[in-house]
Amino acid sequence: MVGLGRSRAVGFIAPALILIGFFLVFPGIWTLYIGATNFRLTGVAALRPDFVGLDNFRAALSDDMFYRSLWLTLLFVFGSAVIGQNGLGFTLAWALRDTKKWLKRTLESLVLLAWILPSSVVAFLWVAMLDRDGGTINELLGTTPGVAWIVEYPLLSIIIFNIWRGTAFSMMLYSAALSSVPPSHLETARLAGASGSQTLRDVVLPHIRRYALTNTLLITLWTFNDFTPFLITATNPGSEIIAIYIYDKALVGGEMGYSGAISLLVLLINLLLALVYLRVGRRGSR
Amino acid sequence: MDLAKTVVRRILFYVVIGFGTAFFALPVLWLLSAPFDDTPTYAVRPPREFTLDNFTEIFENRYAVGSLVNSVILSFGTMVLVVASAALAAYALSRARVPGRDALIYMLLLLSSVVTGTAAMVPIFLLIFQLGLIDSHFGVVLVLSGGLLPAAIFLLKDFIDTIPRSYEESARVFGASPLQILRHVVVPVARPGLATIAVWTIVQVWGSFLTPFILLRDPDKQPAAVLVRTFYTEGGSPNLGLIAAFSFLYSIPVVLMYLLAWSRYGFRFHGGIKS
Amino acid sequence: MASKSAGIEIAGLTKVFPGGVRALDALDLSVVDGEFFALLGPSGCGKTTLLRTIAGLESATEGTVHIGARNVTALPPGVRDVAMVFQDYALFPHMTVEDNIGYPLKIRRQPRASRSAQARDVGSQLGLDGLMARRPAELSGGQQQRVALARAVACRPSVFLFDEPLSNLDARLRLEARTFLKRLQRELGVTTVFVTHDQAEALALADRIAVMEAGRIRQVGTPREVFGRPANTFVANFIGSTPMNLLPAVAVPGGVEIAGHPLSVPGDLTDGEKVTVGVRPEYMALSTSPGAIPGVVSILEHLGTSTLVTVDVEGLLIGAVVPEDAEPEPDTQVWLTPAPGRVLVYRDGELLA
Repeated sequence: MVGLGRSRAVGFIAPALILIGFFLVFPGIWTLYIGATNFRLTGVAALRPDFVGLDNFRAALSDDMFYRSLWLTLLFVFGSAVIGQNGLGFTLAWALRDTKKWLKRTLESLVLLAWILPSSVVAFLWVAMLDRDGGTINELLGTTPGVAWIVEYPLLSIIIFNIWRGTAFSMMLYSAALSSVPPSHLETARLAGASGSQTLRDVVLPHIRRYALTNTLLITLWTFNDFTPFLITATNPGSEIIAIYIYDKALVGGEMGYSGAISLLVLLINLLLALVYLRVGRRGSR
Repeated sequence: MDLAKTVVRRILFYVVIGFGTAFFALPVLWLLSAPFDDTPTYAVRPPREFTLDNFTEIFENRYAVGSLVNSVILSFGTMVLVVASAALAAYALSRARVPGRDALIYMLLLLSSVVTGTAAMVPIFLLIFQLGLIDSHFGVVLVLSGGLLPAAIFLLKDFIDTIPRSYEESARVFGASPLQILRHVVVPVARPGLATIAVWTIVQVWGSFLTPFILLRDPDKQPAAVLVRTFYTEGGSPNLGLIAAFSFLYSIPVVLMYLLAWSRYGFRFHGGIKS
Repeated sequence: MASKSAGIEIAGLTKVFPGGVRALDALDLSVVDGEFFALLGPSGCGKTTLLRTIAGLESATEGTVHIGARNVTALPPGVRDVAMVFQDYALFPHMTVEDNIGYPLKIRRQPRASRSAQARDVGSQLGLDGLMARRPAELSGGQQQRVALARAVACRPSVFLFDEPLSNLDARLRLEARTFLKRLQRELGVTTVFVTHDQAEALALADRIAVMEAGRIRQVGTPREVFGRPANTFVANFIGSTPMNLLPAVAVPGGVEIAGHPLSVPGDLTDGEKVTVGVRPEYMALSTSPGAIPGVVSILEHLGTSTLVTVDVEGLLIGAVVPEDAEPEPDTQVWLTPAPGRVLVYRDGELLA
């Protein structure tokens, strides 16, 4: 205790807390409220929104489009984050763990570049790659006439895009996790005659379990709420993940109340996911 | 038998590395070749005829240069706000005994990943509207700060935790006041962490699309993130040369910042001398 | 350098941490002005807490601390006129050696020129010439330690407080630093309190030692006193590179019996009562001709110029230190005779006068 003093400590935390409270927590709570009204951007309901209680929620829960969007989101999250980024990130980290410095540096830089570049740019790079007539993907695959990936396979397109975009985080995390495995454990396994895959299973994976869980939780939440695919597929119904669906309903359709209700449902789903992860995490710890 | 296994492993290794390199390099190559191409196409290929004309087109575009300036304004504004408030908060949270501190931080972290998606875009829009800050850079800075702060505090607090308290205690025994301790001891030692957060914030805001997209109406105020998209979604066939060159310019600062932060501080996160 | 050194008086000092941990329990202690005083004990005994309470980094729950004539109990750390050297030295990594040493002077608003001169002076005194412009990361462990000392010396306090000053040094360096530290303290003549868990270090450096356990002081005395006449079995066990023999014995007329063998000891004992007899292995003579206690040689441990011999006396193991040329063969019959005047008797853990 270095004499920071309670009043001074509170004073230090205050500015951050005010900003967070106003522009993060308050809107979060307001979502709750709006979801219970029939607020719209235009028309009568814009000036004098009525309290409609759980009507919006009932409507959402019986809306096929909503469920469709949820399903697409789940596919998107599972495919691009849980499997894609996680898997690719780990594979790359594992493959690179003992390689020459220059190779490791180069590949890591490339992967990181995908993460660093601004989302608008990265989105267009993939629009270009996936273009029907001139895109590089079609050129490499030799498909003639070209496949309009973005139009015909929108979900697949954004999944590949998201994997490309986000693997860097997982790779760096797993890289750090792998280097934290005590060399003595690896050496014990080696002396006992364990093969590479056995060492991976018996020594490495248990050690990085915590990292894997944290990583998966973070990228799940980030991907679940990600709006970036909008930059590629806009409101194409084949890829209308939940973030885009909310945007569509709220700012294009003007149905604020309804989209507010959906937002709350999304928040609850996120909390549920987080709880599931925490439970899984706690179960495994000694 | 062992030889076969080694060969298989080698092959697997090269496949993974090769695929990884190609997968991650290919899209970016467009960004390196198309801006300098006289007649760029969607495909990745070396420029047919090298030119810098695409770049001059940027200056001819009404909004292009202005949008880059806007991006700078938003990024630096948010960075200053975030670093200042996060540093104070992280220091206090690290040193003072605040009950429920860890739970609070995790909750805020969770909240920030959810709310900065689209879930709260409606209330944020309305809130900024009520405050009269629609279509203002200040409004965007405030919202972005609120969203980035939980993560910034989380990262900084972790970093400050690694700074030995003996530095501060030593200064205290020598008679330094808390403010002097901050100035003389804590901030200098925390510089790598602060710099990392500063760079991180700038990069996040530089590429941020959703919030400026929703809160800014006037095209003169739009940052580059939003402008790039309008280049390829407005009707007609997109001007690939312009897009390429503009994207190139727009990306450079961010890449440079990362290189800078990497070489100087290497994303290391422990304070103090040698361990 | 004129010394304004002061003694330290601690009365009834108690420190309870939130959560109920009683780190210090009604301690009374007097440190004489100019003394080199050691707080010695195992981890968790409260020695560091005591040091920090003197410094002001921990507040006392009850009791008082006086430095010289001043009651500093309620004063914040910066104004107690003490200088503290931490175990990890706490050298500010971004400041040069000179700035580090001059830091306390900077706080006191001493002008840059005189600060610099004084820092260089003190640095020179501690053998840091030529290193003044370096950063701590560019120094060796021993040099870092001396910079930390210099910083403490530079502010000319009434009291020095050292928290495990030598633990971060390599074993060889530690011995050199020990001598250095003792000489420095003698030259400066400033009251010094230092914390250590290493009993050899305390014995070597201190003028007086306080041995602590679980928040209490078990004995205060000079190294000779604490080594030669430990006040209780805890101190007897803790002090000494080779563990003291603490042997169960039964009082008989004229003395005691250890494993049935009589020994004459001073003191007033009731017939038949159970006591503990303490004799250091260094004071236990071993010979092949008959003596007080017979036994069989069990283990030999080489200590350099001497050997620690463990003798099995019908199941009871007794240690004796012999010079290297008098080393017995294992499994041979020997006799142990404690040196007269070196036998201590403990009843219920406490030393009988």
